[in-house]
Amino acid sequence: MATIQQTHAASAATAGAPAIEIAGQSPIQLDWLSHDYGSRLALDGLTFDVRPAEIFGLLGPNGSGKTTLFRILSTLMVPTGGHARIAGFDVATAPNQVRLRTGIVFQQTSLDVKLTVGENLMHQGHLYGLSGSHLKSRSKEVLDRVGLTDRKNDLVETLSGGQKRRVELAKGLIHSPSVLLLDEPTTGLDPGARIDLWNYLRILRDQQGVTVLVTTHLMEEAEHCDRLAILSEGKLVALGSPAELKAKIGGDIVQFETATPDAANALGARIAARFAVAPVMVGNAVRVEREQGHRFLTEVVEAFPGEIVSVSVSKPSLEDVFIQHTGHRFWLDQDEEKS
Amino acid sequence: MATATAHLAPVKSSLSASLWTPAYSLWRRELVRFYRQKARVVGVIASPLLFWLVLGSGFSKTFQSHGTASTAAADSSHYLSYFFPGAIIMIVLFTAIFSMMSLIQDRNEGFLLSVLAAPISRSAIVLGKVLGGATLAAIQGWVFLVFSPLAGVHASPLDILYAMAIIALTSFALTALGFIIAWPMDSTQAFHAIINLVLIPLWLLSGALFPASGASGWLRLVMLLNPLTYGVDALRNGLFPAEVTTFSPEINLIVTLAFCAVVFVGSWAVVNRRTNKPAA
Repeated sequence: MATIQQTHAASAATAGAPAIEIAGQSPIQLDWLSHDYGSRLALDGLTFDVRPAEIFGLLGPNGSGKTTLFRILSTLMVPTGGHARIAGFDVATAPNQVRLRTGIVFQQTSLDVKLTVGENLMHQGHLYGLSGSHLKSRSKEVLDRVGLTDRKNDLVETLSGGQKRRVELAKGLIHSPSVLLLDEPTTGLDPGARIDLWNYLRILRDQQGVTVLVTTHLMEEAEHCDRLAILSEGKLVALGSPAELKAKIGGDIVQFETATPDAANALGARIAARFAVAPVMVGNAVRVEREQGHRFLTEVVEAFPGEIVSVSVSKPSLEDVFIQHTGHRFWLDQDEEKS
Repeated sequence: MATATAHLAPVKSSLSASLWTPAYSLWRRELVRFYRQKARVVGVIASPLLFWLVLGSGFSKTFQSHGTASTAAADSSHYLSYFFPGAIIMIVLFTAIFSMMSLIQDRNEGFLLSVLAAPISRSAIVLGKVLGGATLAAIQGWVFLVFSPLAGVHASPLDILYAMAIIALTSFALTALGFIIAWPMDSTQAFHAIINLVLIPLWLLSGALFPASGASGWLRLVMLLNPLTYGVDALRNGLFPAEVTTFSPEINLIVTLAFCAVVFVGSWAVVNRRTNKPAA
């Protein structure tokens, strides 16, 4: 009985404005979520909550476990350990309750190109239990929202890439979900279409109170999110807003390029000894976080002339956050996997 | 959980929401996609007609006729009569294969992903897809019946209705069989291999080209074990009611119905697996 009452409450919240969730319940909860594909551990004890009506980013290089997590959250795969809950329902044991409340936009197109835009939406509505006049009005609403009302009767194969992605979004929204999952949503879109997509997502968050989870491997995309989880090799390495994450680094990032990795190690050791800092060696480069980076830079260059090929000072980026937490470059994960 | 689902405002009843509406929608999609691809429509009707006439006429010189068409016609028309039910089953087989190839296409194009992630019973996918393919196959088998006067068919309307029912059942069974084969596959090339290895021999050894009574040894055994043999024979019962077939009409009907049931349960079983492996 307890579960059924809970279901009623959740249903009531979803049926009207999807904005209101049960008080105190986060729309997406991960609880020691793990997954292994036989020998390879793809997710390693992920535990975090997504807050209602925020745009939450999952940032990580290819192979970091984003896709695995996305598959689990979209109920296409049962995790091998731990729990993931959407709107309080476990994705492994109550997939249909999760599905009713979740809109999904896959990275891969999921449209039937031989059907019209309208037919695709009607079909999607039927899959989510909508029909008749309610489905028609929902279809009209979502098409209006993505600005494709005039293309309703066109075959999907005649649309541009950006328009197709908008139909995907409309498809994901047809059943008024309270949670929207998007896998690399801007892949293959031109800059204008990217900006449009982010604007739609903000409108959804602000006007409908939809919780949006976006996976991305692009730093500049991640900057758009309210909060971020950075994944590396299946582990959560950092969690917070982009500004918070960057602020934790403190000061500037000063980088000294040398000729070889060995030279970098030698230089790093000497800088550490002389200036009482903790440099990170990344390939040929030595990186140091430091207040007043320009002053530090001149001191180092004067102290060790001839060893440094080039220098740079920058404000911390999300890539610096990643390097700080993992000790290696963002794209190194992927390169290692290939070799 | 069923009662809880009903409380979602737009959802009227959970069964229609999770089974019949999605199944209907998937079924309708198969039909819409088919008539939007005109080449498919032409190819599936024209090629068996050509096959029937060319192969039938060619074989009739080689084989001693086993047909007993009531009219005293030449050997060649005897064999064309004999081959007619087999040709219809071939159309059905081709259409079933083509429509289930779309399952692999759906998977590769990502369409299947969004269906798998929807709050529907997996059985809806089987029902929609298999009934969609079976409807197309049956319609084309029925259309081919207009050539039956050319094949020397002199059956009553009731017999023709029986033949139509057998065509429908065989369409369903072959489509469901195609579904079981296509579901775990991710390339149409692999599916082609299975077509050549399994589905075409299934048809060749079904009594479509030569009767089981004429075969001997292991070949005869294989034909007796082939469920399609009974479908072809059942169709022969409908089209040539006067003719004595290899098996009795009752056995033909029972085996055909059992074939339908087994492959439907099979396709239901392959779809309902939910695992730790990627679903699509």
